[in-house]
Amino acid sequence: MSNSKATIDYEKVVSDSKFKALMNAKKRFIVPMTIFFFLFYFSLPVLASYTTILHNEAFGVITWAWVLAVAQFVMTWTLCIMYTRKAAQYDRMADEVLEEHVQIDRREVS
Amino acid sequence: MNELNFTVISLFLIIVAATLVITYFAAKRTNTASEFYTAGGGLTGWQNGLAIAGDYLSAASFLGIAGAIALTGFEGFYYSVGYLVGYLVVLFIVAEPMRNIGKYTIADMLTARFDLKKVRGIAALSTITIVTFYMIAQLVGAGALIQLLFGIPYWVAVIIVGVMMTTYVMFGGMTATSWVQIIKAVLLMAGMFIISLIVLFHVNFNIVELFTQARDASPHGASYLNPGVDSDLPLDTISLMLALVLGTAGLPHILLRFFTVKDAKTARASVITATWIVGIFYLLTIFLGMGAVIFVGHETIVANNPAGNMAAPLLAQVLGGDLLFSFIAAVTFATILAVVAGLVLSGASAFAHDLYGQILKKGQATEKQQVVAARVASLSVAAMSITLALFAQNLNVAFLVALAFCVAASANLPPIIFTIYWKRFNTTGAITGILSGLISALVLVMLSPNVLDPDGNAIIVGDPLFPLANPAIISVPLGFLGAYLGTIFSSRKLDTEKYREIKVKANTGFKEEIDS
Repeated sequence: MSNSKATIDYEKVVSDSKFKALMNAKKRFIVPMTIFFFLFYFSLPVLASYTTILHNEAFGVITWAWVLAVAQFVMTWTLCIMYTRKAAQYDRMADEVLEEHVQIDRREVS
Repeated sequence: MNELNFTVISLFLIIVAATLVITYFAAKRTNTASEFYTAGGGLTGWQNGLAIAGDYLSAASFLGIAGAIALTGFEGFYYSVGYLVGYLVVLFIVAEPMRNIGKYTIADMLTARFDLKKVRGIAALSTITIVTFYMIAQLVGAGALIQLLFGIPYWVAVIIVGVMMTTYVMFGGMTATSWVQIIKAVLLMAGMFIISLIVLFHVNFNIVELFTQARDASPHGASYLNPGVDSDLPLDTISLMLALVLGTAGLPHILLRFFTVKDAKTARASVITATWIVGIFYLLTIFLGMGAVIFVGHETIVANNPAGNMAAPLLAQVLGGDLLFSFIAAVTFATILAVVAGLVLSGASAFAHDLYGQILKKGQATEKQQVVAARVASLSVAAMSITLALFAQNLNVAFLVALAFCVAASANLPPIIFTIYWKRFNTTGAITGILSGLISALVLVMLSPNVLDPDGNAIIVGDPLFPLANPAIISVPLGFLGAYLGTIFSSRKLDTEKYREIKVKANTGFKEEIDS
């Protein structure tokens, strides 16, 4: 069985422009999306508890409360799909960083 | 329906036999600590996604939410929304870094940055607190439910579930637990689809018709379809929603599941699979709840169980006769076993890996000692929770689950987020953060209407000193504040080097050890 040890210079990685670009790309997506989904999520209990606008009927007897609640499901799934696409790009960027910086120290261990 | 009939017993025995076969094969493959806690990290994204869903969708979700929607309409659906959206916090913020820098437990992840016994000890304490509350809730609920379904005494029911879960975990570790969870997720979804389809068939697949009939069947009338049937304080609803959305990302038995896959990419894929399954499940709770109020009726549901827990099984009985009822009863049993096994495993990891392996043995325990410790810890965690559950029969289980989510959101989430994302965060902050979240959640619940009720409906008779049933809206900010203040007032030097390492590892998945 061979057991290799990898080494990396963390200081060099964090100052690498490729790593910085990865961090920025993640931040540009995750921060606004997180703020958005929290606002959207809390709009349901806030509108439901402090106003009666969700009591109005949207489709037949179905009120807007149900529409907004089901919209939370749609929102969750949409963000999942968007994130999957973005994350494939983050994976490529991370692999590029690792390719450039990781040094593998091969040792045979019995 | 309390009679034991042949179909129920045979389905019940098939599930028991199938899970024991799984455990037998899993036990052969469980020889190291890594195999015990994480099934060797070899699950695929699909398998782990199903297992996460199996771990997460408890009997409380299945029976509790269906019952709550049947009895209170929209009010019950809040839970479905909160339990699902919580997965976005897991996906965006926690899952991938957790997989990249942790090993078996939440404490591993915190100590990857702060190598200090105190941090590990306190993180283990918070895990054990959450697991204990959650497990008592599951066991008490399971006991009551099996008593109702099969007509056997409460204590016998608790012991049956207890012995089963101990067997899976002790002998089969994470491999057996995962497969029990995967099978349960498939069975539960099948049950949900069958009942939903029959309900929809009866209303000619017309959703508006379903809502109209449910409204007409419920004694609440028009307000059945509106929020506010059951709530007294608006702030309580918001506080509950906060605990639900943030709690998921701090639940130890869910976080443990991210270590069963090989890398962050697979962890991500498994969260996404889980989000689809869990989302479809919670969407279908509408059909079950409304179906129950239409076809079973409000009075019959309440007569069987005031909290509405029997709504789904009763609906199965009405729509599909004994066969469907037996199937749903067996699925419920499998559901309880899968969730409880996941909880025992995460409780055992905190005791055996954190407290024994890392603190007592200073990380020097041999592979064999670690596995023995893990098995002993599983047995102890199971024995302890069975004993507590036998005495807690009359406790309101909903409050225990809410408390577990609240502690997870208040004590676990702030240090997890700060460890990954805040450069200045330090050991003092980690300790004060966990403690302030944990203590404030516990104390506020002690003073809340869950414990103090002037009419004697809770544990102690008296006026509540804290008005909200769910303290998350106070205790979550206190957890973050505790972590922040502890950090800025501590005299510890900023360890930039360690933070760099965490940042690189969390974002690239870099590891020193390469197995080939």
